Amino acid sequence: MAIRLERRLERSRQLEYLVPVLSVLLSLVVCAFLLLANGNNPLVAYGAMMKEAFGTSYGFAEVLVKATPLILCGLGVMLAFKMLFWNIGAEGQLHMGAWGATAVVMTGWEGSGWLMIPAMMIAGMACGALWALIPAYLKVKLNCNEIITTLLLNYVAILWVAHFIYGPWKDPVSFGFPMTKLFPEGAQLMRFGDSRVHLGFVFALIIALILYLLQEKSRWGFEVAVTGGNPKAAEYAGMSTGRNILLVMIISGGLAGLAGMVEISGIQLKLLKDISPHAAPYGYTAIIIAWLARRNPWGVLLVSILMGGLYVGGETVQITMKLPVNIVLIIQALILFFVLGGDILARYRVVFSRPREALGGG
Amino acid sequence: MNVLTGIYLPEAGRIKIWGEPVQLRSPKDAIERGIGMVHQEFKLVQTHTVTENIVLGLGSGLARVGEEEARDKVAELSERYGLAVDPAAYIWQLSIGEQQRVEILKSLYRGARILLLDEPTAVLTPQEAEDLFTTLRSMREQGHSIVFISHKLDEVMAISDRVTVLRGGKNVGTLMVRDTNPQALSNLMVGREIKFETFPKPEKRGAAVLEVKGVSALNDRGLPGLTGLSFEVAAGEILGFAGVAGNGQEELAQVITGLRGVTAGSLIVDGRDMTHAKAREFILNGVSYVPADRHGVAVVGDMSLTNNSVLRRYREKKFARGPFLDFSVAADYAKRLIEEYNILTPSPETAVRSLSGGNLQKAILAREMTTRHKLLVVMSATRGLDVGATEFVRQTLNEHRHEGAAIVLISEDLEELRSLSDRIAVLFHGEIMGIVDAATAEIESLGLMMAGAKQAEVTG
Repeated sequence: MAIRLERRLERSRQLEYLVPVLSVLLSLVVCAFLLLANGNNPLVAYGAMMKEAFGTSYGFAEVLVKATPLILCGLGVMLAFKMLFWNIGAEGQLHMGAWGATAVVMTGWEGSGWLMIPAMMIAGMACGALWALIPAYLKVKLNCNEIITTLLLNYVAILWVAHFIYGPWKDPVSFGFPMTKLFPEGAQLMRFGDSRVHLGFVFALIIALILYLLQEKSRWGFEVAVTGGNPKAAEYAGMSTGRNILLVMIISGGLAGLAGMVEISGIQLKLLKDISPHAAPYGYTAIIIAWLARRNPWGVLLVSILMGGLYVGGETVQITMKLPVNIVLIIQALILFFVLGGDILARYRVVFSRPREALGGG
Repeated sequence: MNVLTGIYLPEAGRIKIWGEPVQLRSPKDAIERGIGMVHQEFKLVQTHTVTENIVLGLGSGLARVGEEEARDKVAELSERYGLAVDPAAYIWQLSIGEQQRVEILKSLYRGARILLLDEPTAVLTPQEAEDLFTTLRSMREQGHSIVFISHKLDEVMAISDRVTVLRGGKNVGTLMVRDTNPQALSNLMVGREIKFETFPKPEKRGAAVLEVKGVSALNDRGLPGLTGLSFEVAAGEILGFAGVAGNGQEELAQVITGLRGVTAGSLIVDGRDMTHAKAREFILNGVSYVPADRHGVAVVGDMSLTNNSVLRRYREKKFARGPFLDFSVAADYAKRLIEEYNILTPSPETAVRSLSGGNLQKAILAREMTTRHKLLVVMSATRGLDVGATEFVRQTLNEHRHEGAAIVLISEDLEELRSLSDRIAVLFHGEIMGIVDAATAEIESLGLMMAGAKQAEVTG
């Protein structure tokens, strides 16, 4: 029996959506073996994760808290991926957004009360967008590979933030911890009830709707999709690829910047190290989300919430079962691995051919 | 062809090579059994060099053959068969014609005993085609088998011993060439009589729509691709461009559609100076363009026919709802195109990647023809199409000429140029050798100009 891949005439629609689902399930199965090898019962662990994340109101609120920056970064990455511009730099853009928002607070400006938050949002988005414009500009002018530039700029952004919280912005009474002082109340995002869910989640929902209209319905979204599908056809259709790369990255980076802003203004209430979870940073998880969501805005929303559940569940089993938090990272990595592998099945079909002698009559 | 080269597996029936039943599971199987294939749609890696493409998949690779050695062998083969191509050039730098030469060289390099050729002469000059025929004949003398697939009856008659006519995937007749004639074959091919004749031309031309004055441009390699071109095309006129592929045709089409910048001279479309205008402005000023590279340039393969039908028209008010694209209007428009142009597709939502070559070209033509245009630039419009589709394309072009469009027809098919054009310009090394009246042009003098003789030398 020989196994070979045969190209499908048309991509399989069902598989296109089946692959992400199967990828998640398969990654859980593989991870179960790792848990077993460590002497843990995977069913107990997964049960505890599920129950904590989606079975309690406190847990679910925390899921939405984690999902908020994931949705914003995921939407940004999605739009860039739609154009086949590989923005791996959401993490850096998120850090620059957080930095920009903090800079507004650090000026000592009190604003006229309600103006503070909009000013922080604009600063956060602008810094994220400018950070994303660097690789975009280098791509347009010098054809630099954006995968490398966006990725490397992440480290620059993280160190840039570190410089400020270890140096000029360090809270003198923080007992040596690298962080700014607590933001004044006017610089804190409104929270809902006694949960930690903040206004940023509402922003994320609104932006998902806007991105749906922009990417799937607008003429500009059509340009982005055509450029992603065939850059030469885009040129032939009179579309300006360079201009669109810049625009896409302004939006992509701006959204990641906003994610950074809402995370510090809604959750951390100060700028500090690790605004993004160390084990599985938001900006990198966003890449998996965009891919798993098939570059669809509603998909990003859904997958972000599932991923949020993974974070919350992972923290739970870390505390209750003493499992390493890296389990989250392992599951995420396996999911991406299976999605990328599974995509081949959407384009090719596996043929089990019979031995040579069997064929022939006919 | 895909079955014989192991790309598709047969669902029924059997294949025997030299009397031995075989199952070809992959192109590698086919190569091992001495089957060489020159495809119509080229199978080349754009970012690799000519030599790299030729040795690709040979198993030995560059590591064992040695790049120098491979390059020398390629150069020697290209010399021997008169297939001029730079072994060190990258595929993306080559014209369609040069790319096809690489495809032919690829099979020759592998020393194929059975050579399958799909429309191999479409991009060659009459002289080069004759050289190729000489090569093929000598291969035949030495016991090679050649399957020559062509829509050009005169070529089939000239080169073949036997001819099989395929229609709709079925064998409708196998004849000895010496027992048949082109008319009989043509009837078999379409199932009805098709006449090749000169199309009637309008009595008089309108005002000049496209005025090109002393235009020069660079090619993809940054070398002069066009030098000092000057010509005019009037409303209701078809100006044909003849020439061997790679002599500036692609560059010319791109320059007059705004896709390539000019380094000198001026371009006027419908009275407007468009010398430095962008492609978008050309589209808005009524310039339609049917490019030669259908899959690579003219469509987005993974997108639906609906989306592709508005590829160059999505800015129009008709398809807009505020900043949004009205997909329902676009879908209706696509349905209309499918009906009017008889495009065979399961639905308007089918990805165009799965359309056949002829239907894809119909879809592209439908889109460009239905756009209100003043100037239509058409390149290799009938390349690879069957007789019926070819006839349809020519009829459509003729109708548009009579409706007052100015048409630039770039083609390697001299018969097509002669039957459609009012005048024929000949390109050689990016220069116009001369512009002659199509009615009185002789194939021989066109051939001489295509080989680099100026018009004055030919007639004088």
